[in-house]
Amino acid sequence: MRTTDEDMTMNAASALPTGTVGRETSAPARAVRIAVKDLNFYYGSFHGLKNVNLNFYDRKVTALIGPSGCGKSTLLRCFNRIYSLYPEQRAEGQILLDGQNILDPKIDLNELRSRIGMVFQKPTPFPMSIYDNVAFGLRLYEKLPKSELDGRVEESLRKSALWDEVKDKLKQPGTGLSGGQQQRLCIARTVAQQPEVILFDEPTSALDPISTGRIEELMEQLRDEFTIVIVTHNMQQAARISQYTAFMYLGELVEFGQTDKIFMNPTERRTQDYITGRFG
Amino acid sequence: MDATNTLTNTLSPPPARTGRIRPGRRVADRALRLSCLVATVVGAVVLGSILLMLIVEGIRGFSPSLFTQPTPGPGSEGGGIANAILGSLVLTTIGIVVATPIGVMAGTFLAEYGRTSKLADVIRFLNDILLSAPSILIGLFVYTLMVRPMGTYSGWAGGVALAIIAIPVIVRTTEDMLRLVPGTLREAGAALGAPPSVVITSVTWRAASAGIVTGIILALARIAGETAPLLFTALNNNSWFSSNLMGGIANLPVMIYQFALSPYPNWQGLAWAGALLITGTILALSIIARLVINPRRSR
Amino acid sequence: MPALTQSVAVARPRPAIRKGPSKGLDATFRACAYGAALIVLLVLAGILGSIIYGGWPAFREFGFGFLTSSAWNIGTEQYGALVAVIGTVASAVLALLIGVPVSLGIAIFLTQLCPGWARRPVAMTIELLAAVPSIIYGMWGLFVFAPLFARFVQIPVSNLVEGMPILGTILYARVPSGVGVLTAGIILAIMIVPFIASIARDMLEQIPTVLRESAYGIGCTTWEVVRHVLVPQAAVSIIGAIMLGLGRALGETMAVTFVVGNANRLSASIFDPSSTIASRIANEFNEADGLQLNALMALGCILFVITFIVLIVARLLTRRVRAA
Repeated sequence: MRTTDEDMTMNAASALPTGTVGRETSAPARAVRIAVKDLNFYYGSFHGLKNVNLNFYDRKVTALIGPSGCGKSTLLRCFNRIYSLYPEQRAEGQILLDGQNILDPKIDLNELRSRIGMVFQKPTPFPMSIYDNVAFGLRLYEKLPKSELDGRVEESLRKSALWDEVKDKLKQPGTGLSGGQQQRLCIARTVAQQPEVILFDEPTSALDPISTGRIEELMEQLRDEFTIVIVTHNMQQAARISQYTAFMYLGELVEFGQTDKIFMNPTERRTQDYITGRFG
Repeated sequence: MDATNTLTNTLSPPPARTGRIRPGRRVADRALRLSCLVATVVGAVVLGSILLMLIVEGIRGFSPSLFTQPTPGPGSEGGGIANAILGSLVLTTIGIVVATPIGVMAGTFLAEYGRTSKLADVIRFLNDILLSAPSILIGLFVYTLMVRPMGTYSGWAGGVALAIIAIPVIVRTTEDMLRLVPGTLREAGAALGAPPSVVITSVTWRAASAGIVTGIILALARIAGETAPLLFTALNNNSWFSSNLMGGIANLPVMIYQFALSPYPNWQGLAWAGALLITGTILALSIIARLVINPRRSR
Repeated sequence: MPALTQSVAVARPRPAIRKGPSKGLDATFRACAYGAALIVLLVLAGILGSIIYGGWPAFREFGFGFLTSSAWNIGTEQYGALVAVIGTVASAVLALLIGVPVSLGIAIFLTQLCPGWARRPVAMTIELLAAVPSIIYGMWGLFVFAPLFARFVQIPVSNLVEGMPILGTILYARVPSGVGVLTAGIILAIMIVPFIASIARDMLEQIPTVLRESAYGIGCTTWEVVRHVLVPQAAVSIIGAIMLGLGRALGETMAVTFVVGNANRLSASIFDPSSTIASRIANEFNEADGLQLNALMALGCILFVITFIVLIVARLLTRRVRAA
């Protein structure tokens, strides 16, 4: 199945993903969901991302790893253009979501964000009831009768493994839940919108190990339905849950490939150093 | 540094030292401590004296007819201040109802839309100035704007003058409170595809609601006792309250001002009663505002 | 096969076409917020415009002499601002002279000396003092303070200094009624104390504890810590707070109207009654007509200019600190 190591692991600077992916014949669902092309990102005058090229595959988990400040969160924040809340931040290049360039100024940002969900580092329950938290996104885009809305809320809470814990207190404020529950509530809120892609920005870094474990289990289930991109500081976590891993350093994509490959046998020296803990 | 500790240290006789502390240093230190204590005691005594005066004189002028009868004529006995109480309620209600939407929206603009704009900086600065502008000038403005064109003192003009005083208070607290809302909450709202207006109305405002309400209560406390701008706008009206806001309207502050300076003991008594009533209300509002905001702070 | 790498039709069914909330609503909301913010600008412009408009005839009639004339004669229609301006400035300066040391004393006491249990109640009491309406201070000043002040200060001091050079002029009360410029200054001082004290307290509290502890650690007395560490650190913002207090004292109306005596007399004695701009407007505006009304509006212009310069300086000082 695999030809050579070099083929499977590509250096962002040298090879475009096109050539390598094509050779893999036996992997069935390797459709590209998001293609990043020559992406550059600036915070004012600071050059945060430098010529990033890579692909994200449908219904796979891709982990972005790298030391603090390497640009992994920045890359994530490009996919739903949340950075555009801040006028001094801008992106150049192309990000194709199903072939459509989402960096195009004509794109409807709100619609884009309803197709690409995001879960943040710290849980962000809105100051409203658990039910309203989940229904928030639904109400924005769909006019649903009450019964259907109830159904969708329940479905989302079940998918995010929170239903059994909150089914008797849906009217209580979401801020009253524990940290791990709050994070799952945020996932439920995102899932409820039926997005195509879900972005996780260090979703477990503020949580205890048990809550972290539950969120990871949850992500494995969500993988069947959604394309997932996760930024994480925790390399064990990346190894456990992702199929693909991208290693970034100083705003550049150093290496991208299947997770096993990146962790067992990285091509780049810098990747190896980071993974073995020599820096970062 | 434990303050209790230092206090007892200095009260006990200082241990004999080897001359490293010159007497001058110790004298200066003592003088500072003493004068600070005196300053605080003087402040407390003055407040106590004011409250005592209000309570003693106010209770003397208190009677059930205060709340049932209108202000009496000059030199006559009896009567109450019911028309002034009602008028004050009406004026402050107009003021706060007009000021709240404007103040909250302007504060929202400064906090949510105007983070980087020059215009917002200018408005923020001028709002701070308006916050401490002499209220009598606001009275002159509303007089020129409304009283002179309409040819009569009016309740509407009084309400507008009070609103202008309340607006900067609400703008300032609303902006401050919205800035305390973590940016991640806004990002989370936007990440669900909610447009800015929805994020603001259903997420940010809600998260800051306690603080915004506090600002409105503080503004209410501020305008409830304002006198100067009402002199030229609502003025007074000694007759029983009429629902006609197009004429002069009785209100507590102007009534207190006029009656307190009058030569009639009955009027003076009513002025004291009104003063006690209005101060009690304002202090209660201030304390309520603190209680509303405190759960936030402790969180 | 390379076709696979390009965006490929994905098997997963897309949810129904999303129809977002209408753009119009969002734009309307933004426009409302923008408009509300502009109202703040308009109000300030309106205040300035209305008093310039109202005061213009007086300025035209008397020209620059309006500022230097001490006349205020309704019969002959001669008006000048000098007495009111001097009264305003004098009472405000007296208020600062009395109020600032007391405010700083309270702030230092609350942050450095006060035992922990008393801090909250004392601080709260001081802040409540700021909420008491100004007319109450006026009543207290006229009915409680002025008689005491006349009996225990004005009369003995006047008797003592009578005939002395300088002091005999400044501190002599022709009519020891208790009201006058100094009384107004004292009442204003009481009104601005809670205000300055609470800002100064906030500033002192923001100074890192480490700094204070290290100063005590090398053997400084409280006085030295305050003098050499705390005050220099918070100086700019405390000056800003004092300027804000000054702005208040200049524009305060009701309390001053009660106790300043409302006389149009130029006197060198701070015990004598006088007028401030605000008190004169409050007193005469409702009965004024014609040129007198214009003259009062012109007084308002002068007050506007004085207070706004003070407030702008104050805000610039406090702002710079906040930014740093």
